[in-house]
Formats: sequence, structure tokens, C-alpha cells
Amino acid sequence: MNINHKSDLKLSKTEKKFLRKQSKARHVLLKHEGIEAVSYVTQSLVVANGGLGNGVSRKQLLLALEECGSVEALLMPPNKPYAFVRYGTIEESRKAYAALNGKEIADDAGQKIVLYLNFVEKAQWENVGLQALPPGVMIVEDIISSEDEKMLLESINWTEDTDSQNFQKSLKHRRVKHFGYEFHYESNNVDKEKPLPGGLPDFCNSILEKWLKAGYIQHKPDQLTVNQYEPGHGIPAHIDTHSAFEDEIVSLSLGSEIVMDFKHPEGITVQIMLPRRSLLVMTGESRYLWTHGITPRKFDTVQASERHRSGIITSDIGDLTLSKRGVRTSFTFRKVRRTPCNCSYPLVCDSQRKATPPSFPFPESDKEASQLEREHVHQVYEEIAGHFSSTRHSPWPHIVDFLKALPSGSIVADVGCGNGKYLGINKELYMIGCDRSRNLVDICRERQFQAFVCDALAVPVRSESCDACISIAVIHHFATAERRVAALRELARLLRPGGKALIYVWAMEQEYRNQKSKYLRGNRRSEGNKEETSSETSTSMQGLLVNEESVGCSKDPALSVPVINDITEGGCKSRKVTNSGLPIHTNRTSFHSQDVLVPWHLKGNPGIDKTVEPFGPVGSPNPSPVFHRFYHVFCGGELETACQALGDVSILKSYYDQGNWCVILQKV
Amino acid sequence: MKLLTHNLLSSHVRGVGTRGFPLRLQATEVRINPVEFNPDFVARMIPKVEWAALAEAVDCLNLAAIPKEPIEGFEHDETFLRKMHHVLLEVDVLEGTLQCPESGRLFPISRGIPNMLLSDDETET
Repeated sequence: MNINHKSDLKLSKTEKKFLRKQSKARHVLLKHEGIEAVSYVTQSLVVANGGLGNGVSRKQLLLALEECGSVEALLMPPNKPYAFVRYGTIEESRKAYAALNGKEIADDAGQKIVLYLNFVEKAQWENVGLQALPPGVMIVEDIISSEDEKMLLESINWTEDTDSQNFQKSLKHRRVKHFGYEFHYESNNVDKEKPLPGGLPDFCNSILEKWLKAGYIQHKPDQLTVNQYEPGHGIPAHIDTHSAFEDEIVSLSLGSEIVMDFKHPEGITVQIMLPRRSLLVMTGESRYLWTHGITPRKFDTVQASERHRSGIITSDIGDLTLSKRGVRTSFTFRKVRRTPCNCSYPLVCDSQRKATPPSFPFPESDKEASQLEREHVHQVYEEIAGHFSSTRHSPWPHIVDFLKALPSGSIVADVGCGNGKYLGINKELYMIGCDRSRNLVDICRERQFQAFVCDALAVPVRSESCDACISIAVIHHFATAERRVAALRELARLLRPGGKALIYVWAMEQEYRNQKSKYLRGNRRSEGNKEETSSETSTSMQGLLVNEESVGCSKDPALSVPVINDITEGGCKSRKVTNSGLPIHTNRTSFHSQDVLVPWHLKGNPGIDKTVEPFGPVGSPNPSPVFHRFYHVFCGGELETACQALGDVSILKSYYDQGNWCVILQKV
Repeated sequence: MKLLTHNLLSSHVRGVGTRGFPLRLQATEVRINPVEFNPDFVARMIPKVEWAALAEAVDCLNLAAIPKEPIEGFEHDETFLRKMHHVLLEVDVLEGTLQCPESGRLFPISRGIPNMLLSDDETET
């Protein structure tokens, strides 16, 4: 315990505890949200713990706040654990500060939470601006009467013949029933040759006729999917498979309202309120390009005012509150497509995509290897450069150590420098970087580094001019053993006698001495651990940081259990490539083959070249394009053997670092 | 591209070997980028420089000529080091070409970046 000050003596234990908590709340708000509290009285207060993000509704908070005076404004940012309140007078805010600090209130779920208040100059919140409905979205409110709603809900018998009917399923997050055609979740498509007996229920026909007549829909649907969502249920973001259904998709919300998230591939998200008894109509862009989904949660952040019920949840934080979800049943009507889709969004269109997954024969000759590298290394890096670079900001400690230990005034070449993250590590060096990707070299140049474009097999630098070289995550992109040795030889050529080179390659062994590499540990979600790995910590040079939930992420335990634990000298368990095609690796799992295509899920820019199979597996609901990079992952000892083939170098050190094999060479 | 970088670059067209150095420099746009002067750093660079190649590059850019060779006791000659600091580290070629002295192959420099990529049949095998 600390020595008591006189003033401390006046405080009770509870008061001291409370003061500690209040000061902690203040600190957290500053550190994480940049909200600066002031130590004098103002009209505005920030209310820690009194936010939509921790389950406090607008009504509840207002109730407490208004006991202390008239509230001029209450700003509740979505998903944040705090709110801002402005009182009419300083006296009122002073009163609130005194009365409400440490006050316990119950949140919407009945949990007790304690409020901590601090004065602020003004509410700090950047409005993200006005949003519009995704093009092609229309919401028709009160499309059916309460009587019809009741009739529709009662017509779906969830209990009958659960076992005999394969078209009724209880999915992970909702109950679902199909009419007309069964929707297969494995293929995300319908079997067009096998309509279900009975077609659509009779009562639907009259409703659909009405909608046709009113012009809400243009085509009569022939498939119906009924989904039932309990509070806390949801549906992952998806685009309805283009080849399965026609343009128009309509969804009737019954029983309860819900907020649906629409996402454009460039990252725009629009949250839309679907009121009870409303019809959502999706056509054109909103049907073909935008994903839609429902976040599994028990409360939605919604508009507080009654003015408009349907439509966008705006960012007007003076008008947001929580709405407790009820059981929502949706009737989604679609028309099965009979001809291939010819929409104008080929990037996300399964009818228009090329044959997938990519199949590339194992290279037999130098020429084939070169072609493989061109298509599955060079072109891919060029395409993903921006996104790739944005995930590569933290230099690896052992590489930094190597560079920092070099004598001042050393000339160092980084062959395959990527975005140049090692070029500025040590200001006492003269570093030059080169990369095959023009786009990555552009990024280096923007950072004021010396960089040029070239191939690692032909580096345009005079022999023996460098005191040191680094080659980080480069050699594993060469497709034959000869080319890998040639790349190492080129590196050694640049070194003066006595000069050192540091080489990193990706390891076949992603678990070493019973320790999983960061690459594998990045796969925590699938292990039930909720902790998110930030792009910062999970950045391996190869680490793929995009959530693979929806694309090609195998849940097969056989694939995710690391198998390598008996590494023998000079070899490791590697499934021999028996057929001629290169296997496609499942991100964040162990390797099963040394020569693999590793998917990269591009984020941020869908408008890119389409020559490199920028597509996921058929039926993938994720619109982000997928690129495949070729890798030869090294087994323990393999890199050393390749280096020994050079003759004019000695190996000073070899080690394993986070899923990579590493060697430090010295030219003799 | 700084002139120190130019001093390290060499043509790598198949068969040219050591005759690929130095690359003939032609510049259409040059910028002077002020860099903090570090006399020790510059002094360490001097012995690593191919002097004739640097003199030629300086000449191509119409910069004030440099001595025929590093002057005696240059480590302690601030005037000389400052001049070399400027030439090696502050002169930045933004647009221009590099030409292989042996094969004549031209490599473009654009936005400060030399593009040294060769086609498959130009590379050493």
C-alpha cells in the first residue's frame, strides 16, 4: 500500500476505488479513442460505459442523465462503449458529474454497469457523411397485413417430419426451409433438374400475383427459402450465386425487424433496417455485386426517431439507440436461372469466371518454371502490390538485428525488397533495393529509398560491390532446384570477399520444437480462440491476413492438425506430388507438399486485371478476388544444401525463425 | 537514382560480363535532394566508388567536375567530403536512360526508378 496522504485519509476505500476507475476510464478514452478529458467544468461530459457498444440504450441513459438537468444533446456513436452528453448549463453538468459518477445502471440485457464521467470540451466524433442505399435496393413497408403475416408464420411448420425432409435444415445460425427447389449449401446452388414436389405453397401465389400487379417485382419467383433467426442468429455476408438465380431477389421480413449489412467490395458498408412486414427488393448492382448478411447479435443499433422506419442506419449519432431483436422469419423468393448469367460484374460472376481452381502443371523444364513464375509470382505481386504492402509494415527482429550489426558505411543490397520495409532500418548503411514488381518498387521510391526493377536471377549490380546482401522470402518463389541455386549464386556474386548474406525462405515445417509458427497461430479463429491477430502481429512475410472464413478454408481437422514432428536430416514428411497439377495450399494450415500454390485474397481493389484467375472456388460467396502464388517451401537442411552448391561461400549460421529457414553466408 | 547507386549498377545482358560497366547515363530530369551531411559516412563510401565511372557520370550530368582521384587525406578534408556528399547522395536522376556500354541496350529511368528488367533471351543462363 502506498503511504497515505492527508487528503487520501478523507476518502473512504470505495471512493478511492471509484477515483481509480474514473481515472482509468479517462486514460483508456484518451489512449484508444483519442478523447481528451479536461480537468475543469464544461457543459459536456463523456460517459464511459454508457454506450451502445456495451448495451446501454438511448432511453435508459437519458433517464439517468435527465435526473440532473436538461440534456441538450446525447451523442451515442455506434459500437462504442461511451456516449457524449451536453447539458444546458454548467451547473447541470457539474451536478451530473457529481451524481452519476460511479452510478450503477442496468443495461438492456439486465446486466449492471457502472458509469464514469469526465468533462470534455466538446463531443469528438467524425461523421462519416451521408450514405445512400445500394443501387437496386428498394424497401416496401407494410407490404402485407398483420393477418397475412400471422397466416404466413403459422403456415410454416417447423416441427413436422424433420427427419424425412432433406429440404429443412437447422443451420449453425438459423433454421431454414426450402420450397420449389432445394438450395444446396455445399455448392451454393440449386439442382435445376430436381424441383421439389408441391412447388411453392398456394398462399404464396396470391401474394406474388399482387406484387407483380403492383410492380414491386417483374418476374414470378419459383423458389422460396424460409429462414428463421432467433436473437443472436445471423447469416454470413454473401452474394446469391449468379448462375443459380435471376436478377430479382425479394425478401419478406416477418415477426420482427432486423438490420441487414450491405457491403460493396471496395469496403463501403451500408446498414439497412428491414422493418417487420416489409419487402426488400434487390436488383442489379445490389443483387450482383454487393454482399448482404446479418450480423449475429442480440441488439441492433437503430435510428431512435420514429420518422422513418426502413432504410439506412445513418451515422447521426444524436439519433441512435439499441433495438432488441425478436424472432424474425424471412421469406426469400427467387427465380431459378435457366441460362448462364451475363451480368456486368464478371469479377464476382460464377458464370463468367474462367475454369477454377487454377491448375498449373508441375514445371518440368526451365522454360516451364519461368512461365510458372511469371504467371504465379511476378504477375500476382504486381496485382496485389498495394494490398500486399499494406500488410507488410513490421520488420522481423532477427533481420533488423542483422542489419543493425553491420559496420557503418556498408553497402547492402536487398534483392527482392518488396515494399522496402528493410531499406531504412539502419541509417548508417547505404542500401539499395530491387524487386521484380514495378508496383512494389514504386512504393519503395515513394519512401525515398534507392530501388530498381530487376529479376533476382539477373541483378544489374557489379560483382563484389556489396558488403552485405539480404534475400527475404524470395528464393522460395523459384520453381526448380536449379533456379533456386542460380538465385543464391547471383546473390553471392554481389558480395565482396568476406561479405555476408542473410537469406530467409518459407519452411515446410510450420511447427518446430513443438512450437507452432505465427503463420499457423494466425489461424486462431478456427481453434475457437476469439483473440484476433492483428495484421501487425500476424505479419509473416507470407502470412495471409484476410479472413478465410468463406473461401476455401477447410474445416477438415485432418488438414489443420500439424503433422510434422519428426523432422529427419535432409528430408521431411512431404506428400509426393503424384499428379502433374500443383496443389493449392489452405491458408494457415500445415503444408502437405513442398511445391504449392498459395492463395492470396485481395482486398480493396476489385477493378484489376483478370488474367490470373482472380476467383475463389465455385460458389464462393466472397467477392474478393483470389490470386495464387507459387511457393517451394524448404525442408530443414535444404537451404544449407543449396548454399553449399555455390562453392565460394561458407555458412556462418543457420536457424529457424517463425516458420522460415534462415542462413547467414559469408563469401570466402 | 543517386549517383552512388549508378556507380553500383552494371549491365547484365547475356555475355557482356564485366564490360557492362559503367552504364552510360543520360538524364532529362535531375533533382537535387538535400541530405544531411555525415562526413564519416561519405569518407567510408569514397574507397568503394569506381572513380572513373563516377567522373564520367558527373560529366554526363554537366555537374562541376570532380578530381581525377580521391585527394590525399580526404577523410579530414571537409570541402572535398561535402562536394562528394553532394555528388553521391544529393543528385537524383528522375528521368533518363542507362545504356549498356557493350550491347547498347537502353534501360529507362522513370520517376527515379531504373527499370533493369530483361527479356528471357537477354538474360544470362
